[in-house]
Order: sequence, then structure tokens, then C-alpha cells
Amino acid sequence: MLYLTRKAEFAASHYYHNPEFTPEENRRIFGKCNNPNGHGHNYTLEVTVKGEVDPRSGFVVDLKQLKETMHREVLDAMDHRFLNKEVPEFAQQVPTTENIAIAIWRRLANKLNHAKLHRVRVYETPDLFVEFYGEE
Amino acid sequence: MKAHLSRRYLFSASHRLHSDSMSPAENQSTYGKCNNPYGHGHNYTIQITVSGRVDPKTGMVCNLADLDVFIEREVLARYDHQNLNTLAEFAQEVPTTENLCVHIYEIVQRGFTLAHLETVGIEETMLNSFEYAGEKEFTAEEDLRGRGSKPQKQPDKRQQL
Repeated sequence: MLYLTRKAEFAASHYYHNPEFTPEENRRIFGKCNNPNGHGHNYTLEVTVKGEVDPRSGFVVDLKQLKETMHREVLDAMDHRFLNKEVPEFAQQVPTTENIAIAIWRRLANKLNHAKLHRVRVYETPDLFVEFYGEE
Repeated sequence: MKAHLSRRYLFSASHRLHSDSMSPAENQSTYGKCNNPYGHGHNYTIQITVSGRVDPKTGMVCNLADLDVFIEREVLARYDHQNLNTLAEFAQEVPTTENLCVHIYEIVQRGFTLAHLETVGIEETMLNSFEYAGEKEFTAEEDLRGRGSKPQKQPDKRQQL
């Protein structure tokens, strides 16, 4: 079994707000992330897939295909977007880094040929990242 | 829905690697320039990884502000701009980054209850990093295979945590 990781970057804005909370609760729980005008990050995405090396190609996965899938399923939807307003998953869910990692997992998990998705890691800043291994 | 969350924190401290149980020559050959009696310093980066269920209401494993407050109060306030050798935990123990990792793991494991602690990693320099996941002691057989350095603490103490 080999693990292969591909990185990509995207820039997006978001804010944290749950309509079930009172304005005071939203402010207390989410702090400055609750500003309704949003704020932005340069996110770094690391997608790790696992699989056996194909004896003919020497590949775990076709990198070009992985790159295209990441672009089509994730970057086209999230890069230079306001996540709360433009990405359907976040109409009902707070776009925390946790939920972004889960959303990206779900966008990619069934779209990879041959290799199996192992981990989605999303850096919100160089000092903060979330990993999701598909554990329900 | 379970996710892992990692956060990095920085602090600066000095230390000297020296063991009273070794002769001056052994200390010199074991620790090299780190045995300089006046000590030296590093900018340390700690990486704390916690895991837990993503709360459907907040979208969070745990609130980062709570983790920040805890690490600031319990870890950074203790170690930042200190000489590690002068701290109680290093009175009898060499302040290697391995041992520091174990201490910080124990502090977070004991005191931070809002998420499950997975690992504590420390980068001492860009080239050296250490990680501790709270494993039990290596068995003698594993030690013979040379798996890492053996922490100096008593095994029974760690296993009680």
C-alpha cells in the first residue's frame, strides 16, 4: 500500500453563524469569526489517496486525473468564493475548517478511479489544520 | 463525524543537556555542543492535535479559543522565555525535546477535557521534530530493534495517566 498526497490552494471568505443561536451566543462562541461581512483565508488542501502501485504504469493513481478531479469538484466550487453564500453545503452548516474538510471528503470520495481516499487535510492558516479520515 | 484538529504555538526557551549520572566525558560525547554549561536556546513550535465529534451546531471539534486559552495558561506561561533546566520537572531529568513532549502531553491530557488529545509534536529547529502520542513504554524487544529513544520517566507513572 502506498500513500500519495497532492496539495492545492484556494482562497475563500466565510463567517461563522448558527441561526439556532441567539446573537449573543453567536458572538460568544464564534468571536470575531461571527462578523457577518465575512473574512478570508488562503486555504491549503492536501488530499491523500492510497492504493497499490500499478505494475504497468508504476502509479498509485493518475496524478493528472487526481488534479483534474480536485479542480473540478473542489477548487472550481470553493476558490474565490464566499463559502456561506456560494457553496451549497454551507447553506445549512457553519463553514468551519472541520466542515470544509468533511465537505471536500464527500465531494471526492466517490470520484477517484482506482485509488481510495485516505485523508483530507485542510489548513486554514499555517498554524491550524483539520484532518478528516471519513470516520462517521 | 470525527475529525482531527491541529494547532501550532510558538515559544522560546533555553536549556542545557546534561546528565548527572554520566561522567563529564560521557556527557560531552552524548550531548556534544548541547552540553555547553551556559546553555543555549531555541524557538520551539508545539503542534497539538486533538480529535472528536464535529458538533453539528457549531461545526467544531472544540472551540479553538478554549484550546488557545488553555495552552496559553498551562503550557506557554510555563515554558516561554524560561530556562528549562530551572523548572521542577527537569530537576532530575534532562530537558531534551523528547522529555518536553511527554510533559506537555501530560499537561494537556490531564487538563484539557473538551476534546481527545491525539499527539503533541515539538519542532526544536527546522530540522528536528519530536512527537508523542502517549504510548506505553516500548518493550525490551522493541528497544533492541532501536525504535526511538526511551523516555526517562518511570513506566508505571505514565501508564496511570
